[in-house]
Order: sequence, then C-alpha cells, then structure tokens
Amino acid sequence: MARALEKYLRPQVKATPFCPGCGHGVLLGLILRAIEGLEQEGRLAWSEMLFVSGIGCAAWIPSPNFKADTLHTLHGRAVAFAVGAKAANPALKVMVVSGDGDLASIGGNHLIQAARRGNDLTVVCANNQIYGMTGGQVAPTTPVNLPTATTPGGNPYRPFDLCKLVEAAGASYVARGSVTRPYDLIDYLSRGLTTPGFSFIEVLSPCPTQFGRRQRLDSAAAMFDHLRETCRYYVETEPEAETPAGGFLLGEFVHGR
Amino acid sequence: MPSRTAQPLLPPGPRYLSGNEAAAEGALAAGCRLYAGYPITPSSEIMERMAARLPEIDGAFLQMEDEIASISAVVGGSWSGSKSMTATSGPGLSLMQECLGYAAFTETPLVLIDVQRAGPCTGQATKVGGGDIMAVKYGSHGDYQVVAFSPWSVAEMFSLTVEAFNWSERLRVPAFLLAEEATGHLRERVDIPETVELYERDYRPGEAPFGHPEADGVPSMPRFGQGENLMVTGSTHDDWGFRKTEDPVVQDRLVRRLNQKVLSRADDLCRYEGYELDDAELVVVAYGFTARAALRAVRLARAQGVKAGLLRLITIWPFCSRPLAELAGRGASFLAPEMNLGQVAGLVRQAAQGRPVHELTQVNGRSIAPRAILQKIGEVL
Ligand code: SF4
Repeated sequence: MARALEKYLRPQVKATPFCPGCGHGVLLGLILRAIEGLEQEGRLAWSEMLFVSGIGCAAWIPSPNFKADTLHTLHGRAVAFAVGAKAANPALKVMVVSGDGDLASIGGNHLIQAARRGNDLTVVCANNQIYGMTGGQVAPTTPVNLPTATTPGGNPYRPFDLCKLVEAAGASYVARGSVTRPYDLIDYLSRGLTTPGFSFIEVLSPCPTQFGRRQRLDSAAAMFDHLRETCRYYVETEPEAETPAGGFLLGEFVHGR
Repeated sequence: MPSRTAQPLLPPGPRYLSGNEAAAEGALAAGCRLYAGYPITPSSEIMERMAARLPEIDGAFLQMEDEIASISAVVGGSWSGSKSMTATSGPGLSLMQECLGYAAFTETPLVLIDVQRAGPCTGQATKVGGGDIMAVKYGSHGDYQVVAFSPWSVAEMFSLTVEAFNWSERLRVPAFLLAEEATGHLRERVDIPETVELYERDYRPGEAPFGHPEADGVPSMPRFGQGENLMVTGSTHDDWGFRKTEDPVVQDRLVRRLNQKVLSRADDLCRYEGYELDDAELVVVAYGFTARAALRAVRLARAQGVKAGLLRLITIWPFCSRPLAELAGRGASFLAPEMNLGQVAGLVRQAAQGRPVHELTQVNGRSIAPRAILQKIGEVL
C-alpha cells in the first residue's frame, strides 16, 4: 500500500486478512485511489463515506481496514442495510463492497430491487467466481463444468452475467473491470461514485486459494495471466461482441441514465 | 440520561382510531423518522399510515422487497441517526429473526410492532393469534434479550409504542409492541396527550460505542457521519468494534453484558396492573386483548362471590416474575387464559413457587370470550 493512502486506513490494522495472491488487496487499494482522486478534485470527501459490506472475504475489504464508518452486515443483506442508512441520512455517500456469492446469490433480490428503484448507492462486487471463505463451493458466478467442493463432477449450471442483470434491472452506471487492469478500474470506481443513482462495478478478482487450484491455476501469477488472456474489451461500436469463451467482456456498459 | 418532553404530532384530545393507526401515531410522537416494511395482514395499516404521514414531516418511508430487507434497512437507518421501526405479522416475523439477532448483538435501537395472527405458518392470516410470545424472545439464535410490551387497548397501542421507543433507545435493544390482530383492528377512543416524555439517544463523544466498564452498562450511541469512524459488525467485537472472533474472553463478556443490561433493569421495565387482587384466591394472569375478557370474567365472578382477581401483564419481556411471586407467597393460585398453548403459563409456573397454575388455551383464530374464562374459574376453584 502506497504511504499516501495510509491516511485512509485504521492504524490498528497491521496485516492483510487475504491469502497471498488474492485480488481483494488490489481492489482495496484501487477503491482508495479512486476516492483520493475524487477528493483531490473536490468532488467527494472521505468524511462523507459510509462503507457497507456483507459476509465473505470481499466484505473484509472495508471492515475493519477503512478508517471510516463501516457497517459489516449479515450475509446477503448489505444492499438493504445501505438503503436504510442512505434514506435516514442522504448526505452520506454510501458504497457497498461485497462478493459475488453475497450480492448475487443470497442477496440477489436486494441487488436487483435496489437497481430497479435507483437507490443512490455504489455497489462494488468483487467477483472471484466461487465461495472463498467457506471453502470453494459453487457460486452463481462459477463457470460451467468447473469442479468445486459441492460440484465435484463439475458445475452443471450457467453463471450469471451480473452486469447484464443489473443493467436490465435499471442501474444508472454499470461497468466490469479486472484487478489486472487497475487504471481502468480506478476510472470505473470514480465514475460509479459520481453517477447519481444505482452504480454497479463488477471487479474480477482472482482467488488462487479456492478458485485457482480447482482449475490448475495454482499460483497467483497463473491466475492473473489467465484473466488477462481471457478478458477482452467491450467496444460500443461493436455491440454484438461476444463474451470470449471462458472469459469476460470488460468495460462500461451503462453510463448514466 | 437525555430525555425531553415533546408534543405529539396530532393535536391533543380524543380521537377515534384503530389500534394500528394509533400505533403509527405513537411511533411518530416518539420521534420515529424512518419506517421500512413489507405489506402483511393484519399489520399493513401501520405501514400505510406511516407512508402517508412520514413524508409530511421529512421522514423516510421505504417499502422494501421483503421483510428481511425491511428490518435490515431499519438497522441501517437507526445507525444513520433516525429512530427507526417496522411492523409485521406471522411469517414476516419469522423472516426478520436473523436480523433481530444482529440488532441485539450490535445494540441497535429499533422498534418492531408484531400484530399477531393465528399461526403457525400462513395459518389464518386475518384471524387473531397470540403465539409469538416465545418467537420474539427466542426466535434468533444465541442468547440475547428484547423488550416487549402487550397492549390491551387502542390507547395503549399509542402509549406503549412510545414506551417501546424509549426503552429501545435507552438500552440500545430491539423493543417489541406485541399486539394482536383484535387490538390492531379495534376502533375505540384514544386520548392524544398534550405531551409525551421521550428518551433520546445517549451519545457521549469519544466513548467506546460497543463496550462499557460496567457488566450491565449501555454504551454511548453515536451515528454514522459524526466522524467516529464506527465499525458496526455482527461478528463478536471488542469495545470499539474490532472483530474478535477467536477470543473467548471478549465473546463471554459481550454476551453476558448484552443480557445483563436488560435483565438488571427488569424491575424498572416491569409494568402490570392489578384488579381485585387484595383478597384474591384465584388470580387470572392475562395480557393483551385477552385481558379485556379476563377483567369482565373477574367482575362477573366477584358478583357471584368468588374471590377472583386479575393480574394484567403489560411487560412481557423481560418477564415480570416479582408480582407473581408475591401473589404466590400469599397462597394464591393462578389461571392463565391465552391465545396459544400456554406460552406465558409456563413462565407463570416458574414464578409461582409450586402454587397451582391452570391454563385456558385457545388457538382457533378467535379471541377468548369472558364466559369461557368465567366457566374455567368455576371449574378450577
Ligand atoms: S479465499 Fe480466495 S477470495 Fe478469500 S482471501 Fe483467500 S484468495 Fe482471497
């Protein structure tokens, strides 16, 4: 972590809770960089921020690391808690940071309903395509055929395209980035934070411990390489662009509506 | 303790309201400024009244996607500084249980009005029930406490909602109005008072928000946006909110304090009324709507020369054992008429020092008639 960002961290927290090679530490830094940039432009103040998270590895990105108001909630319910907190004090700038299992499985209805209502929140979904904290069980974002702790013969189901899901529900800002492309992600996070209404940023974040080893990507470097190779950019002039096999389309899909 | 005298939003004087409408007005008088809920019979009129009234006073009204989201939003709203509430019935209460545990463990003030209907499950959605006594106290996992009051009139739907808010804020604990369909839909006179006494949130800047040096202490209650850099978490936490999920001492101390802060104030919380108790040989122990019938039955019994009395429990949780123990010590025996299979009777038995405790249970979706209680008095004496 760059020294300049330490002002945003609780000094009592000495160590990262994440495994070696986990993408969540990168995402933690990118969120802080995005906010620092907006602060420097006078478009946001750290003191306005409220960070809400659910349960899972990604939920530990803000809590307890960020020296701000943090609300570490129940599994799946972060968005619903955030809606109440924002309604009671609209001056707060509310960011939800949680994982794919938390936001899209147990919390899936809260996610799409908040997108539909246009609640003024920025939701950051760290997508590692599996349940990390509980030991590598299949998630609604796990690729087809991947063996997991609960699909030893391979996942028989299709994963969600989370960006399409929230776009269809009416989100105001929708983007997908990868921690392998950090500068793009800083842009997406900044734009999400400054677009009124419901903003959603999906962040592909490698989980070497639970996801990587199940597809023989044992090292963090191998996972990062895999992500780089299988992601391609969404180009608005080619809206028909297909998602690459086994990979993702990155980019901004909705910006302001 | 910060308290203040406030004026209800309705002009003082007599009104003719339903219980559910009166509860909503009581909440507004108590300073409630956020309601999040989901429609469910027979409590929906509370939500509808809040939907109409909160925007008039710059409050927040949220119809959420389900009951889980509703109580989650209430907790979020409470930490943002608004006195916050929801109301529900039957299945909705079941859905809220996980988050009730969260509220108890994070010491989040909130009020939940449970307008009980005939259960279990979907049961008889439009019919009266009283089967949630244990569910509001024990429905979430682990050891925790709640405060619950049981209104017997439309007037108490107003006044006990105010009390529920006061105790919830004072103890940082979830507080229930444990109402019943019959009272929620009853229309009768309620006198809106000139003023109400309110407890306000006790924020002591810089103090630990999740711990207290005393074993039954209530910590300072800050809110988001005050610069306190709060760490609210449903995991076991130290006095400042840092997760301590491996530390046996922190876990033990926290769970005990959260229980003790309510139980050590049980005498202050204990509210009840006695009728014809001085020489009563048989004490009818009743609460909520059933207490209306019980009072009538006791009066009829007295007219027949039977030495019956009524102990009307207003506080249900923490349970008021003291008046029962006193009556038992004088040699009284007890009869508990209930719209469930004896949920309070079991508690009465624990307090009754071996004196006989008779039950009159009714779970047919109807309220208990005075003559049924009168007949039972005749049988047991
Ligand atoms: S289990 Fe996976 S997601 Fe969780 S900290 Fe480890 S690498 Fe990261």
